[in-house]
Amino acid sequence: MSRPTPLRGVHEALGATLTDFAGWLMPLRYGSESVEHNAVRQAAGLFDLSHMGEIFVTGPQAGEALDHALVGHLSALEPGRARYTMIVNARGGVLDDLIVYRLAPEEFMVVANASNYPAVAAELTERAEAFDAAVDDRSDRYALVAVQGPRSQEILAALTDADLPGLKYYAGLPATVAGRPALIARTGYTGEDGFELFVDAADAEPLWAALTEAGEPYGLRPAGLSARDTLRLEAGMPLYGNELSADLTPFDAGLGRVVRFDKPGDFVGRSALEPLKDLPPSRRLVGLVATGRRVPRHGYPVVAAGGAVVGEVTSGAPSQSLGRPVAMAYVDTAYVGGDRAEDLSVDIRGSHEPVEVVDLPFYRRNK
Amino acid sequence: MSSIPDELHYTKEHEWVAGVDDGLTLTVGITAYAAEALGDVVYVQITPEPGAAITAGEAVGEVESTKSVSDIYAPVSGEVVEVNAAVVDDPSLVNNDPYGEGWLFRVRLEGDADDLLSAEEYTALTSGES
Repeated sequence: MSRPTPLRGVHEALGATLTDFAGWLMPLRYGSESVEHNAVRQAAGLFDLSHMGEIFVTGPQAGEALDHALVGHLSALEPGRARYTMIVNARGGVLDDLIVYRLAPEEFMVVANASNYPAVAAELTERAEAFDAAVDDRSDRYALVAVQGPRSQEILAALTDADLPGLKYYAGLPATVAGRPALIARTGYTGEDGFELFVDAADAEPLWAALTEAGEPYGLRPAGLSARDTLRLEAGMPLYGNELSADLTPFDAGLGRVVRFDKPGDFVGRSALEPLKDLPPSRRLVGLVATGRRVPRHGYPVVAAGGAVVGEVTSGAPSQSLGRPVAMAYVDTAYVGGDRAEDLSVDIRGSHEPVEVVDLPFYRRNK
Repeated sequence: MSSIPDELHYTKEHEWVAGVDDGLTLTVGITAYAAEALGDVVYVQITPEPGAAITAGEAVGEVESTKSVSDIYAPVSGEVVEVNAAVVDDPSLVNNDPYGEGWLFRVRLEGDADDLLSAEEYTALTSGES
């Protein structure tokens, strides 16, 4: 049985198509996912992300514990700021990608993916044992609602006195939104400006209602996981289970910059990752734009001119912003390196459909 | 509830067939139920060209949406007489008008169409799935 979020009743009242995602009953779309996607690009979208995990790490050595447990340098994070980071196993394989918020000098919130957070909480608990720090999985108590899109700030400003213009990208601020306590974070997974609001599960419905009302004049629409996936794909953002897995290191994914060898102390994965940092990777995560209209999808082989398989698609979807299907794929560097323009195709159910290799992201907003 | 017009026939693969009772040329499309389940349709391909023979149950094309791709099956045996160029050009017709402008192809029936479902049977099928 899929687990509902605190907003299930709202989704049902809106006529959402619900789907199982990582054991959660989530809105896939409310109407047309293309309309939802475009609303986020042009106005704003409202998302229920309550399936995400919130794990708190607190105590005098909370920062040091996270330095040891994760690949990032979290003890150096300023209170009020957030960082994209990863947790890896001893072999350097990615267990999850995370956003860590430092809420106070001795209080961190680790936001983990729905499919991984129970395992992440267990790993963090074990890895923090030698430190004066406590790990507490509070995922059940939190709902997470995101407002994403160029009109987000105007919409949220109607419901809070918090200094939104002063809130930087990857920063968080405890505030009151629609009369309820909320952590406002300027983060997202869509490639647009926007906010993520962490609230008590019991406040999710009234918050959603208030945002819906405040957003109405700005063209805010509820948006489901389908739009979320195409938005993040256009923005070139990795999805755990597609671009990231325990079989890949951060370097394999082209995200070696998140591994901070310069931080003090040992950390889980350091000895496995250190030799990899100057090694040229054998495969590279690239963007593909299809020439035709058929969509390269997760798992489809990337083939070279002679028919040899030289890579694999990790995510693919029709792109509203480009008007053509786009995909991310791991491709042997020999075929995507330097200025060599190889003729690559994707094997779409038996027929080789030509693709162009492009740099990620596919879409970048105008700032 | 998606609409299931009484005058049409249906398949378990969520296709509709028009003209069973009054002629030899049948029109085929996908149902509103299927169109809703697929989400926004972005690509439609019907493989056989007019004049080609098709056999009931064989895959004759595909319909692709944002999240998924599904085969289209021949609901009956016969000869393809026309493919809807408009829907190939604008696949959103499948979502916007599944029983009208969103039709997929026409086929001249050879043999019978006895295996098709009535509207009543198709209604029972889809209410069991939802």
